[in-house]
Amino acid sequence: MEDLYSRLMQDVRFEEGLKACMNCGICTGICPAAEYYNYDPRRVVDLVQTRNNDVIRELLKSETIWYCGQCMSCKTRCPRGNTPGMVIMALRKLSQELGYFTASEKGRQQFAIKRTVGDNVLKHGYCVVSYDVDPKTHPEQGPAWEHYYNHMEDSLARLGGELNGKEGPTRRIADEVLDELKSIFRVTGGQELYDAIEEASEKKAEEMGMEFKKEGRDFEYFRHVVSSDNGSHQAEPEDVRRDVYETGR
Amino acid sequence: MKPEGKKRIWAEYQKEIPDDHFFYVRSCIRQTFFAGSEQYFLKILRDDLGKDVYEDPRHTTCTGIGYHGDVVPFETIQAVVARHFALATEAGYKHIAISCVTSFGIYSEILETWKHFPETLERTREDLYKATGRTFEVPETISHTSDIIYKFRDEIARKAKYNLIDIATGKPLKVVEHIGCHYSKMFPKYGVGGAEFPHVLVGMIESWGGDIIDYPERRHCCGFGFRQYLVQANRGYSLFASRKKFESMEPYRPDMIIANCPGCTMFMDRWQYTIKEIEGITYGSDERGIPVLTYEEVAGLILGYNPWELGLQYHNVQSLQLLRKMGIKADPAERFLAKDGSRLPEPANLING
Repeated sequence: MEDLYSRLMQDVRFEEGLKACMNCGICTGICPAAEYYNYDPRRVVDLVQTRNNDVIRELLKSETIWYCGQCMSCKTRCPRGNTPGMVIMALRKLSQELGYFTASEKGRQQFAIKRTVGDNVLKHGYCVVSYDVDPKTHPEQGPAWEHYYNHMEDSLARLGGELNGKEGPTRRIADEVLDELKSIFRVTGGQELYDAIEEASEKKAEEMGMEFKKEGRDFEYFRHVVSSDNGSHQAEPEDVRRDVYETGR
Repeated sequence: MKPEGKKRIWAEYQKEIPDDHFFYVRSCIRQTFFAGSEQYFLKILRDDLGKDVYEDPRHTTCTGIGYHGDVVPFETIQAVVARHFALATEAGYKHIAISCVTSFGIYSEILETWKHFPETLERTREDLYKATGRTFEVPETISHTSDIIYKFRDEIARKAKYNLIDIATGKPLKVVEHIGCHYSKMFPKYGVGGAEFPHVLVGMIESWGGDIIDYPERRHCCGFGFRQYLVQANRGYSLFASRKKFESMEPYRPDMIIANCPGCTMFMDRWQYTIKEIEGITYGSDERGIPVLTYEEVAGLILGYNPWELGLQYHNVQSLQLLRKMGIKADPAERFLAKDGSRLPEPANLING
């Protein structure tokens, strides 16, 4: 049987992120995710350091490892110099490599990140592109963004830029440069990870009886992973609300 | 205490920021949401301060949002960043100026990893050469662009047309500063003042006449959380964190928020609008909202540049009240113009619009 702890140790972020944890819990105390989700980074680190294969496999299939927001506030505060956020990054990578991420609702969302940010990188050379932040799917961006989006060329010109120009903000990245990026992804395992996410997601969509397409975002499985919330993720929301919302208003 | 001793005690909180000759790398988020800030950073550096800043249009995303969204492996991002180093090497530059805080954290992480695990540097060299035929030198320094404005803050103050002072009362404006988590929480030695005493924005605000607000949740994350915002179902996480900050700063009646991270600037502006829409709560003096500005926008205002060319109108919380306090005359009717100078229809529902 494959030793999952050894697989994790191959990741320098894991090796750097976890010496012996003494379970003080300061990471959980400082953690924004622990305040919002049913999440306890101290517990995650403690489970990993058991080196128990079954326990680690369970974690890789769990919702838990997907709650961290990677602010890395834990790194600043850990008295042992550990970084639970980096342990999480190593767990997430392994979960995707082994196809375990589709076992959880939060894990399945990786497909949406691959099809948005992931595809943007190789298609446009950016993680985020202005013409992809559609106010219809981003109502929180508000009226200022909607105006900017609807009058992008005029607005950018005012600010000294040119959409898809040769240089400056939001310039078009040349095809030969995109080819270099694609080549880097092929050589370094980036493409392999993209493929692993696609393959496991397609399999899961089939298992769930949902429509799946090889490209784009306009199909049932994509819409499902982006918006689905089974309501089990937040811990004691009333307590949280009491902390933050009842401030005299 | 002798000054030399004091310097020694605080040595680990100091950062050496180069004086000139920067290789500039843009930010996916800043160029998308605050294109004017990037342009005015370059203008201020080149025209006002006479510095040499080089930009190569072949530079791309560092893939940082994908990396922290966990779809891009560490080996891949190391090679992408190494490609940027190769472009800098080819152009003869040794100092990297980084617009994005996520990128800055990644560059810091990569340089530290290469020091602690030298085999990762060798592997990256091999990967990059195999993929692109390029070679690179490790840069001598990396600076976040806020470090550079910080370095020249007093020079900017000497050229100031306006200050962070309420011209009606003569009192300093009350300013909240927000440092992006990845600026120095991960690798404190790369940030001015480290993780405990980040001074990069405080220094600017003090030099330009403002007062700093110290409030309980000053160092709390804005809530970006990468996948926690990127995926629609998770956005409550992001909103929740920003809201915690607003509630904490609100009793101190801030005139403005300045952030050094483009993501934080965007979220703290956007979530104020969202909270207003959902709950009818508007923060700030007289419920006018708390304007959230980039440090480049603030430096631009101090130097007397046109607020609408800096891009202040593309924030949900408008800065009209703030501009009036600073004595800056800017016609609100000139905010939304087309390329030919004609007026575009004004967006409805801006805060304090």
